[in-house]
Amino acid sequence: MALRALLGLWLGVVIVLGFGLPMVATPVEWYQLPVIPGLEDKARIIFFHVPTAWLAVVGFAMSLIYGARYLRSKKIDDDIKSSASAGIGFMFCTLATVTGAIWAKFSWGTFWNWDPRQTSIFVLLLIYGAYFALRSAVEGEERRATLAAVYAIIAGVTMPFFMFIMPRILSSLHPEPILNTQGKLHMNTIMLLVFLASLIGFTGVYWWMWRLQVRTEQLHHRIGP
Amino acid sequence: MAKAGRWLRSVAAVFDKDWRSELRTRYAISALLMFVVTTIAILMFSLGSEEAPQEVLSGMLWVVIFFAAMSGLSRTFVAEEERGTTMTLQLLTSPGAVYFGKLLFNLVLVTGLSVFTVLLYALFINGFVIQNVLLFTLTVALGSVGFSAAATIIAAIIAKAATRGTLYPVLSFPVLLPLLLAVINATRLAAEGAPLADAAGEFQLLVSYIVVVVTASALVFEYVWKE
Repeated sequence: MALRALLGLWLGVVIVLGFGLPMVATPVEWYQLPVIPGLEDKARIIFFHVPTAWLAVVGFAMSLIYGARYLRSKKIDDDIKSSASAGIGFMFCTLATVTGAIWAKFSWGTFWNWDPRQTSIFVLLLIYGAYFALRSAVEGEERRATLAAVYAIIAGVTMPFFMFIMPRILSSLHPEPILNTQGKLHMNTIMLLVFLASLIGFTGVYWWMWRLQVRTEQLHHRIGP
Repeated sequence: MAKAGRWLRSVAAVFDKDWRSELRTRYAISALLMFVVTTIAILMFSLGSEEAPQEVLSGMLWVVIFFAAMSGLSRTFVAEEERGTTMTLQLLTSPGAVYFGKLLFNLVLVTGLSVFTVLLYALFINGFVIQNVLLFTLTVALGSVGFSAAATIIAAIIAKAATRGTLYPVLSFPVLLPLLLAVINATRLAAEGAPLADAAGEFQLLVSYIVVVVTASALVFEYVWKE
């Protein structure tokens, strides 16, 4: 309860700051955000879109780790944690795709143009989709847990290749090169603070949802089908 | 040494068993070949006398190989489940021998499939000309190894599931996508007559993909096999 209230308050402040802080060409006061040429107010999406994309990856990584743990321990508890994380990761993956596409409509003029980032998130969606398709196609919870864990591992080890091959084929318009040129972040202190606060807040939401889902599944499992 | 020799003999025995049973039924071979013939015929009908650009043709070649492979490669594991011979094989030999035997079998199938597809493609599709043959041959060879590496472990997974046919391409596509993008790009380079060095990045990716997927598969295969 306390965690939920704290998260609500925290993210409420982040939302108000993220949308409310003024953007000026040369920030002088501490509360002013810098204008990023070419993005202007559209840059505010960074406070909400980047954390969802981050959690889409975290959700899958956690699912993979608990899947690998299941293979060793054969405790159904680990599988519950793994599948719960995949479910929440899938939600954040969808959110990242949709918010990104809406932003792309206003920045690039089209919802979808197979930018490397869009392609990567699409592949992550496909992996999540395949993972759930596999889970629903297997009878028996132990077998389902094992096969899902193995698939998550195989999909997980091939993902890095994707990051390598994409730039060779397509060039990106994603604003990371604008925000992050020569390894130097073009954010001032307040922008970075709001961004990090949002990242922490969103991760907190993931954590809270994950605990809740795991608890529900565990109780469900104890009662029986 | 004696242990390694025995292990290699087990791998060869699993391969030999699968190969013989395949030659008797010709289930996978005929499925693969018919799939390729049908798909290329459809491509020819839809292209007519038009010449599609080289990028499109290089991509389509691998579309044909991907879906043809998806129609036949799951056979090795699915057949064991259907015949009910999984238990016997588990008793007789180690999971590693089964995995590498079947990987070898799939490798032979995919290589045959790729060569057959490329031959038909070169004969019947207008405008598909490869200028750098060495680059193309390397691409097809490495592509086949990578394909069979990923396809074998996914086949082992889906053999234990209820809806096998449709699940196979669904599970394989995200895993095979990096490989597909690399081979499509390398094929395009070969068609354009680019020097071998231009595709160095693709080849690095293909080789490391094969090493990583085979290693990961060999590590986790036991869990799937004993399930």
